[in-house]
Amino acid sequence: MELLNLFIKSIFIDNMIFALFLGMCSYLAVSKTVKTSVGLGAAVTFVLIVTLPVNYLLDKYVLQPNALIEGVDLSYLSFIIFIAVIAAIVQIVEMVVEKFFPALYGSLGIFLPLIAVNCAILGGSLFMQQKEFESFAEPVVYALGSGIGWLFAIACLAAIREKLAYSHVPAPLKGLGITFIVTGLMAIAFLSFSGIQL
Amino acid sequence: MAAEKKPGVFTGPLWTNNPVVVQVLGICSALAVTTQMKPALVMGISLTCVLAFANVIISLLRKTIPNRIRIIVQLVVVAALVIIVNQILKAFAFEVSKQLSVYVGLIITNCILMGRLEAFALGNKPWPALMDGLGNGIGYALILLAVATFREFFGAGTLFGIDVIARFVNETGYDGYQNCGFFVMPSAALILLGCIIWYLRSKNPELQDK
Repeated sequence: MELLNLFIKSIFIDNMIFALFLGMCSYLAVSKTVKTSVGLGAAVTFVLIVTLPVNYLLDKYVLQPNALIEGVDLSYLSFIIFIAVIAAIVQIVEMVVEKFFPALYGSLGIFLPLIAVNCAILGGSLFMQQKEFESFAEPVVYALGSGIGWLFAIACLAAIREKLAYSHVPAPLKGLGITFIVTGLMAIAFLSFSGIQL
Repeated sequence: MAAEKKPGVFTGPLWTNNPVVVQVLGICSALAVTTQMKPALVMGISLTCVLAFANVIISLLRKTIPNRIRIIVQLVVVAALVIIVNQILKAFAFEVSKQLSVYVGLIITNCILMGRLEAFALGNKPWPALMDGLGNGIGYALILLAVATFREFFGAGTLFGIDVIARFVNETGYDGYQNCGFFVMPSAALILLGCIIWYLRSKNPELQDK
């Protein structure tokens, strides 16, 4: 029940785009068509699910005070360790997917290398560190929920932008401006989920 | 984008080639830290320092970094600088560093950094790289402060924590103002930034999308 609550919460209430503004750059750049944005969303979800548990274990058994050696606090190293883990895992995932799942690689391929510098991934790890999860299942569920929330947001925006191409938007507002305002309105809609407790 | 016009390396990014509203880089943190002006200012200064130093370091190393691993090298340089900034903030401005929470760490993956390092520092000498870093950092800070001014003034009635509206009410006896809670919410930041882009693009028609 706790886990289900966390899952729902990370999709709808703490949505990575609408509440935390993580991964905005690729969210704005790649949301022109639904197909590519779903591909990117799936790639982000996948990388989150792989990196978050690894970073959780590292945080718990290496970085936290007194975890590795008694009396040594390595938590100041967490940024550099997390980003190194993410960059390395993205490389490995890219190679594995290319070798064993060529079809998946065909659809995700171009997005995978970009994900290392997507703030949603590092942000996920840093928020995970802040939340101080107790068990190993929690970061996995949190990663899944956050990823699905991100996928959901970018797919919705892409669908709206596809329709927006046929409407008369004032010239200075075209493209980026209207995208921001649409995202703002979607964020208001997502506010209605706040306070859901299971 | 506006590179053909050759605006100054330092002055260009302040407005006509602003990293946030024209190059569309670093949106995440620009939106998240702008509920109040103080964290916005601290974030702007932190990013400017990290960007300026990272630009100089990468520019000094640009001939020795193998092309294949340059992203990792950039990430490590930036991460080291961000750790320093984070430790300094924790030591001297603990309250603000609590408010900024993970967004200081997210400077590492801030697209402004990767964008400027890739686009400018890898191909230029250290001095112009320093100017480019400072210009982009300050341009980012300006947008942050602009958004934060609106959000803090209308959302909480304060500016830099000084209670502007309450003071006005006390002195004039005019009562009946309600803080607009909407401006504190995340959606307000998105809509405000949309409006800033709208204004900028109506002033500079060459930036408009076709």
